[in-house]
Amino acid sequence: MSLTILAIDDSSTMRRLVQSTLVQSGYAVEVAEDGIDGLEKLDQVKPDLVITDINMPRLDGFGVIEGVRAHPTFNKIPVLTLTTESAAEMKQRARKAGASGWIVKPFDKDKLLMAIKRVCGV
Amino acid sequence: MSSDPLDEIRIVFFQECSELLEELEDGLYAMRDGEETDDTVNAVFRAVHSIKGGAGAFGLDLLVSVSHQFETVLDKVRSDQLETTPELIDLFMRCADKLQDLVQSAKNGQDSDASVCDALVAELLRYDAPAAAPVAAAPAASGDEVAFQVAPLDFSFDDEDDTPAASGGWTVTFTPHAELYQRGNDCCHLVGILKDMGAVSVRVETDNSPAWDSLPVETPFMVWTVEMPGDTSEDDIREVFEFVEDDCDLKVERAASDTPAAPQADEFGFTPTQLDLSDDPEDDFVPQKLDLDLDLPADEPTAATPVEASPPAAEPTPPVQVDDKPKAPAAKPAAAEKKTEAKSEAASTIRVDLNRVDRLINLIGELVINQSMLAQGFQSLDAPVSQQLSDGLGDLRQLTRDIQDSVMAIRAQPIKPLFRRMSRIVRETGESTGKQVQLVTEGEATEIDKTIIERLSAPLTHMIRNAVDQGLELPETRLDSGKTEVGTVRLTAVHRSGRVVIEVADDGAGVNRKKVREIAVEKGLVDIDAELSDSEIDNLLFMPGFSTAKAVSNLSGRGVGMDVVKRSIQALGGRVSLESEPGKGSVFTISLPLTLAVMDGMIVRIDDQLMVVSLSEIIETIRPTAAAVHQLTPTQRVILVRGEYVPIIDVGFELGFRPRLEDANNGVILLSETEAGDRSALLLDGIIDQRQVVIKGLEENYGEVPGVAAVTILGDGNIALILDVDGLLRLSEDTRLSDAA
Repeated sequence: MSLTILAIDDSSTMRRLVQSTLVQSGYAVEVAEDGIDGLEKLDQVKPDLVITDINMPRLDGFGVIEGVRAHPTFNKIPVLTLTTESAAEMKQRARKAGASGWIVKPFDKDKLLMAIKRVCGV
Repeated sequence: MSSDPLDEIRIVFFQECSELLEELEDGLYAMRDGEETDDTVNAVFRAVHSIKGGAGAFGLDLLVSVSHQFETVLDKVRSDQLETTPELIDLFMRCADKLQDLVQSAKNGQDSDASVCDALVAELLRYDAPAAAPVAAAPAASGDEVAFQVAPLDFSFDDEDDTPAASGGWTVTFTPHAELYQRGNDCCHLVGILKDMGAVSVRVETDNSPAWDSLPVETPFMVWTVEMPGDTSEDDIREVFEFVEDDCDLKVERAASDTPAAPQADEFGFTPTQLDLSDDPEDDFVPQKLDLDLDLPADEPTAATPVEASPPAAEPTPPVQVDDKPKAPAAKPAAAEKKTEAKSEAASTIRVDLNRVDRLINLIGELVINQSMLAQGFQSLDAPVSQQLSDGLGDLRQLTRDIQDSVMAIRAQPIKPLFRRMSRIVRETGESTGKQVQLVTEGEATEIDKTIIERLSAPLTHMIRNAVDQGLELPETRLDSGKTEVGTVRLTAVHRSGRVVIEVADDGAGVNRKKVREIAVEKGLVDIDAELSDSEIDNLLFMPGFSTAKAVSNLSGRGVGMDVVKRSIQALGGRVSLESEPGKGSVFTISLPLTLAVMDGMIVRIDDQLMVVSLSEIIETIRPTAAAVHQLTPTQRVILVRGEYVPIIDVGFELGFRPRLEDANNGVILLSETEAGDRSALLLDGIIDQRQVVIKGLEENYGEVPGVAAVTILGDGNIALILDVDGLLRLSEDTRLSDAA
């Protein structure tokens, strides 16, 4: 059974890029447009993994990570941040909020898939 | 269509870019006007950030480098490390302009001038001074990513181990902390990757595990030891643990030279379910513990009692501890609940291919024609029509009209983006002419047909440049004449009686009428002793080939004068005129139809032809009396309308349908006003009725026909010409001049 991934990004370009890359690799992908949208979709999508952007309106990526970690059902699923914020400070902040790992934009397919493998095994 | 998904995403990217650029500009304007909130700055930052993200994905390096540095400085503003100044906002605006250019050229597959980008980046860097050093060298996005690679690796390497491909393999010892699981990571996956990389053996030690009965559920106790082949690079091994390096104790060491035996590697299973079955004799783990571990992999954590990492059997070189990496200073608390309403508004829109809308509009056009044919058909039946039928026809008419309005509204767009583009023109023209200008815009929300907006861009740009370049005075001159140093260009849009009226006003010197007249005479455009009203002189500017600029500046365009502006606006069914007051400034007024597809027209008869005059051009209809009409010359007549003499234009004659109508009393007069305020009286043979007509272009097939704007299909299927009043006026001028000659 393929993994279901919830990709959260306010940029439609990024959503399409991530979705297209992952679908090609055999994952089921659902998308959300910002943090609030993403957290609202958790119960419906039941993701095995969340990939989230950091800079988003309404609720940013840190908020998403905290929201996932506070979720009664999905608090233990891996969360990867996908962001151009490659500064160490950002990663630390994401880690502190409970992120499992990070992918730096612009990503290439292998980098993305390897990051997923590290946190999901497949 | 769907050949390469990346191509499709590219299209999405450019669409998104134009939205982001608009947001960016909106935000910058708010910042300039001191109306910004935290949200504004965040939105501006995000816009640049998203452009950078997408640009990176498509390898648009210039776009990445400018937006990266732009973003860096914006971040400083966002985090209150940098105060905004007018100069900074100005720089931001120029950066936004540049981003727009770069996006545009990327979209068209053109190269961009890197030197301009470099100059901008350099300017931005000045604001990024304190932390500039490392970033400055490599502003590309990938630069800092490299900087983050685990740094302590090299120095902690001991000299005895400088032969990576040494005989011994690697011993990876790995003790997870509770936090590793809390962050959604899982040892099994990491070990799985090591296995893929060629791990020779995996051991799990559970020596530290308490007895099953007293086992705390949330605490991991296992120590994993993985033997890797010697030809694996240490960096590759460490990379696997990149995400968890702070959540575990990790040692990657050279194994003793005696290569570890590779016992039945195949029997090692690394996926959770398989691990359970592992019967490796070396593994003395407690099976139940592992079961628990696997069934509830995520349930382990909290209160991590420190687990002593038991050293593996082999005791080789000193361990390289990754864990000693200093923790970055704790970041500010997440800005969690930031709400902006704009997003939810945007979510209620859909993108539709313009062709589909246009097809719909065409069909509606046909429906309108069909409806009127139907109505006309019933009328000519001459049979008694039941109340029900006539009500139904009335409803159909109303519905058709409503559908038409609704469909037109789909094509209507606020004029705001166009106005925003003009602000850039003002800025650039002001800069290059040394004039200080502020642009004031009003009525940005006014909606008008998309195509009209697009085609208005060029003439409006020209008019704005003209207003700054030739309308406004230099700062010193302005001060001398008691004005403020900063000139104002005012751009307004407003709906007025079924049309959109756009005004470009400047508070400059106004038209120099004496000079305009001189030039016009000199160029042979008017007679030396012609009597011209002020308004007539002003409107000489619209005559072909007229240009008052002494030197042709590159701004106002070479040889392209206001006549081209006028023509392109006329092509849109619009009119343009100029009003000027010496010393106070000039106002250009453009009047445009709301749509290019339909109009309310008056059906008139000329000889035996039916023609249409746009209702918006008619002030009133007059049945002329002998007393009101005065013959000035054999070819020129005027009619007295409330004390004003208005020249009569005999439309039938001008268009060549019939000889002059000797007795004007036999015809009907349509009083019409041009944008310049000149009135003219169109003499026709009769008025039929008033209805909505669908405009069909003529130019594509016949080129420009003087006096005719377009054609339409009437209810009975016949074709009728739509008259161009301004064109008729010109025609009659020509006739008058040739008669006089």
